[in-house]
Amino acid sequence: MTEAYIYDAVRTPRGKGKKDGSLHQATPVWLLRTLLQALQARNRLDTALVDDLVLGCVTPVGEQGADIARTAVLDAGWAQTVAGVTQSRFCASGLESVNLATAKIMSGMEDMVVAGGVESMSRWAMGSDGGAWVMDPRVNSGTAFIPQGISADLIATLEGFGRADLDGFAAESHRRAAQAQAEGRFARSIVPVKDINGMVMLDRDETVRPGTSVESLAKLNPSFEMMGSMGFDSTALDKYTTIEKIHHHHHAGNSSGIVDGAALMLLGSKAAGDKAGLKPRAKVRMCSVIGSEPTIMLTGPTPAVRKALAKAGMAVSDIDLWEVNEAFATVPMKTARDLGVSLDRVNVNGGAIAMGHPLGATGAIILGTALDELERTGKSTALATLCVGAGMGIATIIERV
Amino acid sequence: MTQQDSVTFEVDASGVGLVTFDQPGRAMNVLTPELLGLFATLLERLEKEEGLKGLVLTSGKSSFIAGADIDQLSQITTVEQAFQLGEELKALLRRMEKCGKPVVAALNGTTLGGGLELALACHARFAIDDPEAKIGLPEVKLGLLPGAGGTQRLPRLIGIQKSFELITQGTELSPAKAKGLGIVNDLAASREELLQKARDWCLANPKPVQPWDAKGFRIPGGDSKSPSVVQMLAIAPSMANAKAHGNYPAITHIMSCLFEGCLLDIDNALQVESRYFAACIVSQVSKNMIGTLWYQLNAIKKGQSRPANQPQGKVKKVGILGAGMMGAGIAYVSAKAGIDVVLLDTTQENADKGKAYSQGLLDKALSRGRTTPDKRNALLARILPTTRYEDLQGCDLVIEAVFEDRAIKAECTRKAEAVILPDAVYASNTSTLPITGLAQASSRPENFIGLHFFSPVDKMPLVEIIVGEKTSDATLARGFDYVLQIGKTPIVVNDSRGFYTSRVFATYVMEGLAMLAEGVHPRSIEVAGVKAGMPMPPLALQDEVSLSLSLHISDQTRRDLEAEGKSYPEHPGEAVLRTLCADKGRVGKKAGKGFYDYNGKEKSLWPELTTLFPSRADQPTQQELVDRLMFIQANEAARCFEEKVVRSVADTNIGSIFGWGFAPHQGGALQFINAMGVQRFVARSRELAQQHGARFAPAAILVTMAQENRRFEDA
Repeated sequence: MTEAYIYDAVRTPRGKGKKDGSLHQATPVWLLRTLLQALQARNRLDTALVDDLVLGCVTPVGEQGADIARTAVLDAGWAQTVAGVTQSRFCASGLESVNLATAKIMSGMEDMVVAGGVESMSRWAMGSDGGAWVMDPRVNSGTAFIPQGISADLIATLEGFGRADLDGFAAESHRRAAQAQAEGRFARSIVPVKDINGMVMLDRDETVRPGTSVESLAKLNPSFEMMGSMGFDSTALDKYTTIEKIHHHHHAGNSSGIVDGAALMLLGSKAAGDKAGLKPRAKVRMCSVIGSEPTIMLTGPTPAVRKALAKAGMAVSDIDLWEVNEAFATVPMKTARDLGVSLDRVNVNGGAIAMGHPLGATGAIILGTALDELERTGKSTALATLCVGAGMGIATIIERV
Repeated sequence: MTQQDSVTFEVDASGVGLVTFDQPGRAMNVLTPELLGLFATLLERLEKEEGLKGLVLTSGKSSFIAGADIDQLSQITTVEQAFQLGEELKALLRRMEKCGKPVVAALNGTTLGGGLELALACHARFAIDDPEAKIGLPEVKLGLLPGAGGTQRLPRLIGIQKSFELITQGTELSPAKAKGLGIVNDLAASREELLQKARDWCLANPKPVQPWDAKGFRIPGGDSKSPSVVQMLAIAPSMANAKAHGNYPAITHIMSCLFEGCLLDIDNALQVESRYFAACIVSQVSKNMIGTLWYQLNAIKKGQSRPANQPQGKVKKVGILGAGMMGAGIAYVSAKAGIDVVLLDTTQENADKGKAYSQGLLDKALSRGRTTPDKRNALLARILPTTRYEDLQGCDLVIEAVFEDRAIKAECTRKAEAVILPDAVYASNTSTLPITGLAQASSRPENFIGLHFFSPVDKMPLVEIIVGEKTSDATLARGFDYVLQIGKTPIVVNDSRGFYTSRVFATYVMEGLAMLAEGVHPRSIEVAGVKAGMPMPPLALQDEVSLSLSLHISDQTRRDLEAEGKSYPEHPGEAVLRTLCADKGRVGKKAGKGFYDYNGKEKSLWPELTTLFPSRADQPTQQELVDRLMFIQANEAARCFEEKVVRSVADTNIGSIFGWGFAPHQGGALQFINAMGVQRFVARSRELAQQHGARFAPAAILVTMAQENRRFEDA
């Protein structure tokens, strides 16, 4: 079978996902145009060699809707033969794009594919697109829907993670991100976003707070206590019958940040890379997705990782670097505990708690971050995994070449 | 009377026709096919006769229309029939609201269910401002949903959010509240004013169009896509299931009607409602609830268990011995029914305290506008607190509610009988002591009966009437009439240990305790209890009852049985009682510690429970636990039926729901068996007996019934 290689990875910096965020004035298609043009320029890429743009976007409405992938291809001035598809696997969408691109290449159906994602959360708030899972009472009731924050608190309660444990993890995310920023570890991937005149709007991840500590985080109020007490806790506790109550320990400071951002990866077969005159940076060893219990929702990474490792004939110990999306502090903590991985090897340059989680893009971002770090440290294998809405998990294993 | 009498019609000089619904032989109007047929004829006249300017709909009874015709609904066997029925009614209402001329509802009193749906299809609604009249859509209480457009017109009138609560909970509103919500246009002080306002509206609005038929109509507060509604939709199922635990499909179906319907135009929306209506009609839950909470309850209230040959009687003066919790509550409900009450206790202070209980309840009702100062004072004036037995003179009923001690009770009986009327009924409110034994202290045991009230008396709807060996039919009839007189539901049981309700209730709690002994996680037991549909989980209930009381009763039972030369089969839950109560001194809620630790209003399971009863690694599924909790009760109820402790299926079912809160969606302890099928029940019981002990072995009567392919039903 054909193997799929990663030739390049680019991303925008992540801007605070509010009205005063630096990317709020940039439309989502502008973010994609920026990255597509950068990808073309820095690889001197004949875009006609690219078959498809596979893009994740979780809230595809308004100016972010109507197959923004194809729109971006045209807007960026790429060859009109490059197709474009927009998909959503909720928070895993960015990595799903990479996995789909990999499958296309491995199957031999296509030779070169750009994969990634975009989300302007300051413009289209999470949930703006509705959906039967949440708003249709028949489905909501049947699946015992609760918001992710309640699920995160449920996991922390079951695992016995206290507020200080979670806050400690969050503070470390900021410390690592700040250090990585200071040492320029993201420099290879980040493409500054400039306005129509070339004036820089943002050139670094905006939400990193270097001085964050357990003490400073202790002041924040829990975010999900009120809605939990209104009924969601009861739904969770009807299913999880060994605990009497849910301790609401997650808050804005130990959960992923709401940000704007985009990311793209250029993938292709060996032959396609040769034809384009490109040198592969890594190859994709294996990808996986899996469904898990939807109410607790965020426990998918562990089974997804095990599935990918098994398919690849690898063991946990074969992975040098781990990226586990910091949707909530409890997720990487539980995943690492499940797998017996030291947190020293997980999210070594910080994660979404410090830098934010632009839903459709994050999967591609963290895989790119892992690739950069493998190269910086001379290590070989990395695994990126994310928890996913409605109970799913995704994983991708790469190996440097 | 002729059929025509159900509806009268007169046209006034201005050309407005007054339609008066007044079905003969019924206390309240219901939407029978006959009534609707007559109304359709009048609608046709409105459509055709130019001189007829509009219609005002009202009723000749004290209420408007009480709802759909349950008899008609319960004859439906297929979803097609149900769908068709809903569609036909809706077609009529749709024709009415689109006819181009005004039709106005003049709600002269209580307007419920289909009655309100008819009113909602009218172009305007006026109501008499009577605080005791009720307006609402209570279909959910019988496992149904409003199938004549109620789930679509109400949200289009007052918004989705407000409709959610009203329809999913079946909330009944006063006319004033209904006006506040925008359900009725205006209130009237009298019938004359009501009809005048309705006529005036007709003349002022000759060509009305319903808001939802007007161009550019928007649902108040937004449709199902609007952000604030979506936010509500996201949590509404969790809020509903916090109480319902998924046991009531009608609640989810109502939410679906509101959500799906409010994304569509009215005609499509109405049809969506018919689909969910049909699903409700054929659901086992609605069959259970209609069968028990409608038909069987009505049969009870009509006197199914009352000796037929006895004259009706009313109690004028009741004496209550003991002014504690129970006595004080019985005094309140009796005085509320207009009965003079003598409330007697050993000290004046205690007696006064008993009366003060009524005052507390009344003051609370007054502050909430649920009574008037006059009514409050009149009720209190009817209660005489005293220590003197002579004050019982003239009582035609005495209810003893003193401590559960045979000697004390016997003394009360003798002292009271010395002064009360010679034919007065003497009742004991005992919950544990056999009536026949207590009656030995009486000089007229044929007048002696048990009236077992439940706590808190003012809220609990049931009274278990216990017939002793010598209790006469006349005494039973008078006890029965009294229970109806105070607005409660009587069930009649024969004298035996624990009577009916206490005996079966205990099996539920004890099964929970047995599970704990086996190493089932305590919270799993509690979750299974509420998921089964019980109002309270077993361990929490045991704390309420108090562990020491249960231990006391089981020790007493053991001694009694041994004295009779019988063996006592120890229940595996008793060891748990002994460990907690005797060894650890955790006697229950009153002491602030039982299975739970109590801290003000908060409670949490005592952490040591899992140390004393380590949780097994292989925890049973919730369904397994739910089965055990339900089967043990149903089987014991069947044994009571077999032993003739209970006398009718209706009493057994209603007693279980009203007495100890047996899952209402199952329709009662015997209906649970019917719904499952006796054969299946027997088979599963045998499985459970094999796994968990002989107590699950199916009652002999069930085995016979399974063989003969019979089910529980009253003749």
